Amino acid sequence: MHISEGVLSGTVLGAGAAVAIGCTALGLKKLDDQKMVHTAILASAFFVASLIHVNIGPVSVHLILNGVVGLLLGLAAFPAILTALALQSVFFQYGGLTALGVNTLIMAVPAVAVHYLCRPLLGRSSQLNFVAGFLAGTLSIMGACLLLGAALWFTDEQFMATSVAIITGHVPVMIIEGLITGFCVSFLMRVYPEILPKKVMLT
Amino acid sequence: MIDRSLEQGDSFIHRIDPRIRIVTALCLSMTAAQCTHPAVAAGFLSISVVLALIAKLKAGQVLIRLKPLLWFLLMMWLFLPLTFTEDIVYRYGWLTVSRAGVQLCTMISLKSIGILIIFTSLLATMPVATLGAGLHRLRVPDKLVFLLLMTYRYIAVIRQEYNRLIRAARFRGFRPGTNLHSYRTYAYLAGMLFVRASHRADRVFQAMRCRGFTGRFRSLDVYTADGIHIGFLVICGAAGISLLIAERLWLN
Repeated sequence: MHISEGVLSGTVLGAGAAVAIGCTALGLKKLDDQKMVHTAILASAFFVASLIHVNIGPVSVHLILNGVVGLLLGLAAFPAILTALALQSVFFQYGGLTALGVNTLIMAVPAVAVHYLCRPLLGRSSQLNFVAGFLAGTLSIMGACLLLGAALWFTDEQFMATSVAIITGHVPVMIIEGLITGFCVSFLMRVYPEILPKKVMLT
Repeated sequence: MIDRSLEQGDSFIHRIDPRIRIVTALCLSMTAAQCTHPAVAAGFLSISVVLALIAKLKAGQVLIRLKPLLWFLLMMWLFLPLTFTEDIVYRYGWLTVSRAGVQLCTMISLKSIGILIIFTSLLATMPVATLGAGLHRLRVPDKLVFLLLMTYRYIAVIRQEYNRLIRAARFRGFRPGTNLHSYRTYAYLAGMLFVRASHRADRVFQAMRCRGFTGRFRSLDVYTADGIHIGFLVICGAAGISLLIAERLWLN
């Protein structure tokens, strides 16, 4: 999910870029050598996972999985998502240079938020793992839609109808992402719980 | 999966110092993003077309890359002119088309296509390794450049891993559909991808540490920006800024 070039006003783009730079710097500060390699290779895994298409009736949507990114990487989700989006724009021209900051925030802020909201629920029981995963998936897409709508609305209030249409149009995606993130998280908790960062780092 | 045909061209733009190309692309896209008048947006689009011509890009290559954007613009043209309420130019029953809406759509279309062609001709024409080295020389933090290059490096590897997993699932008779079983299968597949990526990361880190990795990013590329390259930057930057100033002075 991203906003194309040329839509947003200069103010929104500038503010988005400034906040994204700050958040990325914060995320980078937390990364030591070992985590850097880990973050980079997981970022490639997310890039590949986002090429998976699942069917909803006659149409198919691609996975976003920013909920899983948030759960697995915490604050490092900012630089990881920035990197993935930059590579996407180089290879596929999904979004370009000026909207990169705003697009990073749209995807990464909900991802980091669900890390702090849902990570504490994990590891207690298998049902709770699924619920936490479902919440992480749904909320991260919902948050991304809301931020996208807000960015459009701050550009021009006439975009209100478009924003509402985008948010309602994404309700099926929220449910699918919720289910897939739920299954994915319970799978990870069963086979390889060490992949999650040890504790929630609230600093 | 990844089309790298643009990198291999040979043109004036392909030979320019990557730093100059990054700064020029930034300069032009940032000024283009600020414009609000369709005529000025058309000006930026023409600059972008000139750049694409200098880079000797083929029209087909550029159109393929514009495809996602064109879909988005089509959606916007269906939506936006109808949601404005003032200054109606056409009415059919409850359907109304407003002048302001059409104007906004024209401006956004010209501007976004322009920005993307600028991006394609200046940045997509260099290999990611060169882009990384250029960013590094522009003092982008070591860690971020490292992340960019390392992520790029492992996309193809993880992609193979994914192909192996999906092939195994297909051999067991997996057919994707709209049901919980398909979603669960895809979820486990993605989960397995992360597990393997994480294990691979541990091995890669150990191998890198054995070879003396200290977290510093080093680049062996040497680039020199001569006068012509700097002239290119100055001309492009001046064109962008003067278009913007002209808009602010005469068109508002």
